[in-house]
Amino acid sequence: MQPLLAQACWDTLYMVGWSTLIAVVGGLPLGILLVLTDRGGLLQNVVANKVIGQVVNVARSLPFIILMVALMGFTRTITGTTIGVEAAIVPLAIGAIPFFARLVETAVREVDGGLVEAVQAMGGNTWTIVRKVLVPESLPSLIASATTTVVALIGYSAMAGTVGAGGLGDIAIRYGYQRFETGLMWITVAILAVVISLIQLAGDYAARGLHRRGAHSGAGPRLRLLRERQRAAAPAPEAGKREPAKTP
Amino acid sequence: MITTTGLTKVYRSRGREVTALDGVDLHVREGEVFGVIGQSGAGKSSLIRCVNLLERPTAGTVTVAGQDLTALAGPGPRAGRELRTARSRIGMVFQHFNLLSSRTVQDNVELPLEILGKSGAERSRKALELLDLVGLADQAGAYPAQLSGGQKQRVGIARALAGDPKVLLSDEATSALDPETTRSILKLLRDLNRQLGLTVLLITHEMDVVKSVCDSAALMERGRIVESGTVGELLADPGSELAAALFPVTGAVSGDDRTVVDVTFQGEAATRPVISQLSRTYNIDISILGAAIDTVGGLQVGRMRIELPGRYEDNVVPIGFLREQGLQIDVLGREDVALAREGAVK
Repeated sequence: MQPLLAQACWDTLYMVGWSTLIAVVGGLPLGILLVLTDRGGLLQNVVANKVIGQVVNVARSLPFIILMVALMGFTRTITGTTIGVEAAIVPLAIGAIPFFARLVETAVREVDGGLVEAVQAMGGNTWTIVRKVLVPESLPSLIASATTTVVALIGYSAMAGTVGAGGLGDIAIRYGYQRFETGLMWITVAILAVVISLIQLAGDYAARGLHRRGAHSGAGPRLRLLRERQRAAAPAPEAGKREPAKTP
Repeated sequence: MITTTGLTKVYRSRGREVTALDGVDLHVREGEVFGVIGQSGAGKSSLIRCVNLLERPTAGTVTVAGQDLTALAGPGPRAGRELRTARSRIGMVFQHFNLLSSRTVQDNVELPLEILGKSGAERSRKALELLDLVGLADQAGAYPAQLSGGQKQRVGIARALAGDPKVLLSDEATSALDPETTRSILKLLRDLNRQLGLTVLLITHEMDVVKSVCDSAALMERGRIVESGTVGELLADPGSELAAALFPVTGAVSGDDRTVVDVTFQGEAATRPVISQLSRTYNIDISILGAAIDTVGGLQVGRMRIELPGRYEDNVVPIGFLREQGLQIDVLGREDVALAREGAVK
């Protein structure tokens, strides 16, 4: 039973890892393009914006299992097969690209327009603004978005079992649910919970670490204040000893 | 150094048109600090943003350092290479600093140099030199969020100077700062103006800013320049709203038993104790009703409202004395007195 779970773990990580990578590579430019082409954007192009927006919306509204079946022809031309882990990566990645793109769009929109203006005033072009302002300034949010995408992909990957890709979700469905091996199902779910928690934790940690240098006023000074208060509190007993003599 | 002619900016949104700039002619001389003052909504921000074409003017031209920027702009909304090169030679400082929070102070100052394609060693040398110039050499490794407002603006100024600009645009650079920090930032701007021969165009809604650093000023109202000139020229104009706002003096007007006179000081005459000389020479008692005197650009300028006993006719000689000293004298309320008399007769 253990080799089965180990193989499933590896399959899940393999599928999710590759599809996340492809989703980030494809979704990041798409999300940025959604912001740039929007009304008032640096590359304002209302038609392009509407087209990209609609494509993203349609892709996002397809249930994953249908997307997977619909993409079979495309998958075959790319991987040469419609079965197995490699074949699952294609629909996973394509399903995740618009998902991540929307998250990127939201993150990039949050960047202060004044920063864009400052770089324009320095003589920077649009590419410079994307590279030096939009991406670095929204990096904490982008990492949080990538984390969300990974977690969503782990969920999608459970359905990849239908094309024989295996993975933890597939074990839970086929062995646990369909063969009534409740114990195995719970173990799989527990492993998934642990994996997802770890990914979320790592993502949060990275995002916060990056964010802290920006908004240092968040955690740093508050801690310092606390320490000062403690220091101020320390000599208090001494003062307290004298004070009662005066106050009554 | 900066010249705009017939600069017009009309914003269109949902069929409505808002004229932010209505034929602005501005001339900023090389090496001076020029202040544009006006209330919010007067078009100051549109004006300064049109100077480096962050905002495309609807009509009119902008010339900076002999280069017609409006001609470089091209038809589309995107800035072409030539315009971007021209912009890199114009520094700009913002009200909200606009520093990248993901970069350290030094990296923020290096950003314009990166855009100019300078090498790493050159960038860091120049950045440290500039940070030293604005007095922040010890904060090079800090992130903007760790700095105070005044320090952030110093970084903003260092960054604006990275491309060795001849012109610095300051968009309400001190409006988000407390009065003391405002003074230190203005002093820095003044020093840079002197040391580097930097031409500064600043916009502000605070009279104090104009008073403490500007050589010249212009007053904007509803998209137009209402008044403009050097501080001295403005002062010399008795009807100048800007001079009245810069050097406000109050007090009653002349009557039957007193003559109220506005004395405008500027240049050399301001350094002599004219009032006490007048008092001693003619043995008259002088009351000072109000005064506003300041050192602008190293020279004392200002206005004083004084009261001489007796009617205007009795004071012709002392007033002549003041005029001889090279002071500008405006006798207040003579017309008013005459009008009041007419009214009384009726």
